[in-house]
Amino acid sequence: MNVDEDARAGLVSGQPERSRRRAAALLPLASTAASLIGLLLVWSLVAGLWPSRALPPPMAVWRVILAELMSGDLLYHLMMTLWRVAAAYVIAMVVGTMIGVLLGRRQRLNSFFDPWLVLFLNIPALVIIVLAYIWFGLTEAAAIGAVAVNKIPNVVVTMREGARALDERFMEMAQVYRLTKLDRVRHILVPQLQPYFAAASRSGVALIWKIVLVVELLGRSNGVGFQIYLYFQIFEVAGILAYTLAFVAIMLMIELVVVQPVEQHASRWRRRAA
Amino acid sequence: MQAAGVAAPLKVDIREKRFRSTEGVGVLALRDLSFEVGTGEFACLLGPSGCGKTTTLRILLGLDRDYSGNIRMPVEGSHRIAAVFQEPVLLPWRTVEQNIRLTLPPSLKQVVLDELLEILGLSGLQTLYPSELSLGLARRVALARAFATEPSILFLDEPFVSLDEATADRLRRLLVRVWSARPTTALMVTHNLREALFLADRIIVLSSRPAKVIGVFNVDVPRPERDADQLDRLVLAFKQHFAGVEGFA
Repeated sequence: MNVDEDARAGLVSGQPERSRRRAAALLPLASTAASLIGLLLVWSLVAGLWPSRALPPPMAVWRVILAELMSGDLLYHLMMTLWRVAAAYVIAMVVGTMIGVLLGRRQRLNSFFDPWLVLFLNIPALVIIVLAYIWFGLTEAAAIGAVAVNKIPNVVVTMREGARALDERFMEMAQVYRLTKLDRVRHILVPQLQPYFAAASRSGVALIWKIVLVVELLGRSNGVGFQIYLYFQIFEVAGILAYTLAFVAIMLMIELVVVQPVEQHASRWRRRAA
Repeated sequence: MQAAGVAAPLKVDIREKRFRSTEGVGVLALRDLSFEVGTGEFACLLGPSGCGKTTTLRILLGLDRDYSGNIRMPVEGSHRIAAVFQEPVLLPWRTVEQNIRLTLPPSLKQVVLDELLEILGLSGLQTLYPSELSLGLARRVALARAFATEPSILFLDEPFVSLDEATADRLRRLLVRVWSARPTTALMVTHNLREALFLADRIIVLSSRPAKVIGVFNVDVPRPERDADQLDRLVLAFKQHFAGVEGFA
């Protein structure tokens, strides 16, 4: 009791402090797990009360996931979707960042292209996808390009803010000390843009994978979107949920294993502030 | 001013520098400002706040090219310039050592910095980030960065402003130490007379805006002897020297 109070007051450091911190780190994990289990319970309860093909219980969905996994279909379609997400993401981030930084640094260009940007921001994703398929055919390039074009305006807007917020003093320092172009980009430009890039990237992945499913539904013959379309035609909700949950799980894994560690590494200088 | 035959690495001759306000009204910042800084000399530009000292420095640093006149930069030595700004201007996302190494020219990239860091009292702080440093320490890093590049001329823009007097005093002593260890032609801008008298070989005194040179004061006392009493005497001598000079604030 006494020790516990001291530890809470921060007087005792070392072992108790560390285990307390570990417990504190586990707490959100435990509450997340409890919350998800609660959702599963509600789902199976509702599915049990009103048995129907339209809402299969969790176990039925799980059995579909296992069966599709065994046949290899699940992995194949997941990978096809994942690669389209990755390709569209890379294109959107690269092109959007270049345009955004340019507009943020050049006032004249910005005032000319700003209306274009507003226009593109407001075109529905579906319109871009349909037009891309009509103009460029039902091809992989048209599919990925349409997704990227949907995302680029958002990236541009965020990166433009970042480019406007660049600190002139660092530029002047770089000029006085005659830093090379590469050094300026690596050590001055990129670190200042990084938070904006992370923000664009985060909202980007979430948006892109949802649009990829639509693209697959409308004009591809594989991928999660295509499978969902198939199961929709035979009103097989278990299959729809199986593919959706599997892909959501993969996106969460990427978030936990790739995105968060990268962001923590990139912002390491922030957290150690005195 | 300058003995004949001695190379003058920095020769400044600014005819005019105007700022245009947003309403299009021109403000004359500098007119007929000319002076020289000799090789290995530590010179101070002393003038009242707002007289155009920082403007002059920005022109010398190549950050402002919108002026009329001539500037001859050092021709011998490394051809490099270094600057210590009013703010430390360290990259917050790079460590102390990375900040210093970043500005080094390719020929010096592998140089050992231990001795320089030792002189400036920065040993052991190489892996810290600027946010972990006090303002005084951050300025020492800015000094280390400037001296590490072995510049042929070093510009300092009121580097000790907004520090408490004790810290500023300690940093001035450190500056003298590091400058003595690595003699470098230096031009410092300040509005602090005692600071100028403590650090400089020669003080170039500027009028209020538009700035022009109203006189030069040579500090003949060797630096180690410039204690508080000596500085008091130098202040008196300085004031006598400029008593009655027009434009002296």
